[in-house]
Amino acid sequence: MSEPQAHTLSPSLSRVLAVLGDKVLGFHDRLGDDTVVIRAEDVVLVARTLRDEPTLQFDFLMDQTAVDWPEEEPRFELVYHFFSTKYFHRLRLKFRVPAQDPSCDSLAPLWGSADWMEREVFDMVGIRFRGHPDLRRILLYDEFEGHPLRKDYPKEAAQPLFEPRYWGSREHEDPAQARGGDLKTL
Amino acid sequence: MAPNPHLEGALKDFEVSSEPSYPFPHRYHPPRPADEEGDDELDNRMIINIGPSHPAMHGTIKMVVELDGETITAVDVQPGYLHRGFEKEAEAHTYHQVIPYTDRLNYCSPLINNFGYCETVEKLFGVDVPDRCDYIRVIMSELSRITDHLTCIGAALMELGAMTAFLYFIEQRDYLWEHIAHVTGARLTQSYGRVGGVARDVTPEWLERTLYLVREQLVPRLADLHGLADRNRIFIDRMRGVGIVSREQAISYGFTGPVLRSTGVQLDCRRYAPYSIYDRFEFDVPIGKYGDNYDRYFVRMREMEESIRIVEQAIAGIPEGPIRSPDPRVSLPPKEEVYGNIEALMNHFKLVMEGPRPPPGEAYHAVEGANGELGYYVVSDGSGRPYKCRVRPPSFIHMGGIHLMLLGHQVADIVPVFGQVNMVGGECDR
Repeated sequence: MSEPQAHTLSPSLSRVLAVLGDKVLGFHDRLGDDTVVIRAEDVVLVARTLRDEPTLQFDFLMDQTAVDWPEEEPRFELVYHFFSTKYFHRLRLKFRVPAQDPSCDSLAPLWGSADWMEREVFDMVGIRFRGHPDLRRILLYDEFEGHPLRKDYPKEAAQPLFEPRYWGSREHEDPAQARGGDLKTL
Repeated sequence: MAPNPHLEGALKDFEVSSEPSYPFPHRYHPPRPADEEGDDELDNRMIINIGPSHPAMHGTIKMVVELDGETITAVDVQPGYLHRGFEKEAEAHTYHQVIPYTDRLNYCSPLINNFGYCETVEKLFGVDVPDRCDYIRVIMSELSRITDHLTCIGAALMELGAMTAFLYFIEQRDYLWEHIAHVTGARLTQSYGRVGGVARDVTPEWLERTLYLVREQLVPRLADLHGLADRNRIFIDRMRGVGIVSREQAISYGFTGPVLRSTGVQLDCRRYAPYSIYDRFEFDVPIGKYGDNYDRYFVRMREMEESIRIVEQAIAGIPEGPIRSPDPRVSLPPKEEVYGNIEALMNHFKLVMEGPRPPPGEAYHAVEGANGELGYYVVSDGSGRPYKCRVRPPSFIHMGGIHLMLLGHQVADIVPVFGQVNMVGGECDR
């Protein structure tokens, strides 16, 4: 992440760097994608700044995903893509979390779209998001063992069989259990 | 960002279209308060499961809905029944072998998925595709957008009981699909994109017939449907004021495409960040006013007309020339050279067996899919297989916020709301 020499940054990335200041660990704009690397503990603060700062206004959280680098430490790289409907610019935000404690703060209080995307990242890579209102598996089922998008999960791995669930049967006395999880209420 | 000639107008329209977000209060049923004598929520409320195999849940998705009488008071959407492990499979295949998998994401408009993926990998390589290829991609993408919207509107109307509209539109969709099949060789899973180009060239006769199909066949059918549905009392009663989502909610929940534009936000990848050659064409980005089902229907109808405009301009302007980039890093050499000299033979062998090897790096590229922003985030470690191939699926993001459109409405409203959001199972679950 060295600073590019003899190369002018895009105006939006310059503004981001000016606003974030010492929160930025590294940055680049290779292939035209503005990228900023931060510390994991700063993510909510940085994301809120990006959203609320009048010169940036990244009001869209377009995409959240995580990349597994098993040989490196910290192991998991979380990649967020932001977009602004005001200035039409994009930003990629990256930070790493270690393998022994793969967790970071949730953006679900700031963006509605973070709800499902963080659930997917949890499901697929096993990152735990602190402060997420309803962190459970989304594409896979509860009995699934492991997190398939980790590099050490073999593609052909078999999963254990489990007893069928009978929804709404009398064994489920707990209504939350009967419907499978938390409902989004009014 | 490079100066964008369309940006000014887009900003202006975006500012103008702020409207009160809830002009239909009679459509909204606030939840009944719980009775005094401490009643359990399950005494008055009923929980029903809709799906995963239900005729109205196209694709497979499950909704657990809590009802107070007929009113939806809570909903939990459970996707995943069509999960095929796209990202895991992509990591185990070469860059070219991933292309057929992208077909299966949104199977109503596979070509847009193809081209979005190919353009992302081209961005990683830094390859430019020839002009003719760009024009072919635009024509094919817009035809795919039309088929996707035809499917969505036709199916949504059928679910409301309008069988005629469904038959009209599916007939048109099949004409277009068969027409596309003349070039791609397949009707549904076309796998027509290539990194650095497209698979086959189009003929002048094919372009001519495209014009015939959209002008003589599709346009009259669109007019028919406008006549059938636009001012139809039953249709309006089912659509107007149902499934309202406000601009702020839509942006917070990451909605894109017709769902976002129906709320009045004029946001379209083709307009604000023209990828490929979309900056050469004139077209409008239709927006709605209230963000309800009817607006979503109308935005889709208007978008088909705009797609027809783009197709006509692209066919008028398509240049002669090659359809694939000559860059040996991505394109197979011509067959006669493969048989004629050792360099081309080795190049062919390496590309097929090991795959094209982009330099290490990462790229995010978004195209305007039929349902919204379809983004690909590809990470390369320098090998012939993607280290990471993430899709930003518009359907998945939309389903994450569909409870906003359903709460306070009635059970019967699930069907039109779901139909107009146009979830495609393959893309939602990947």
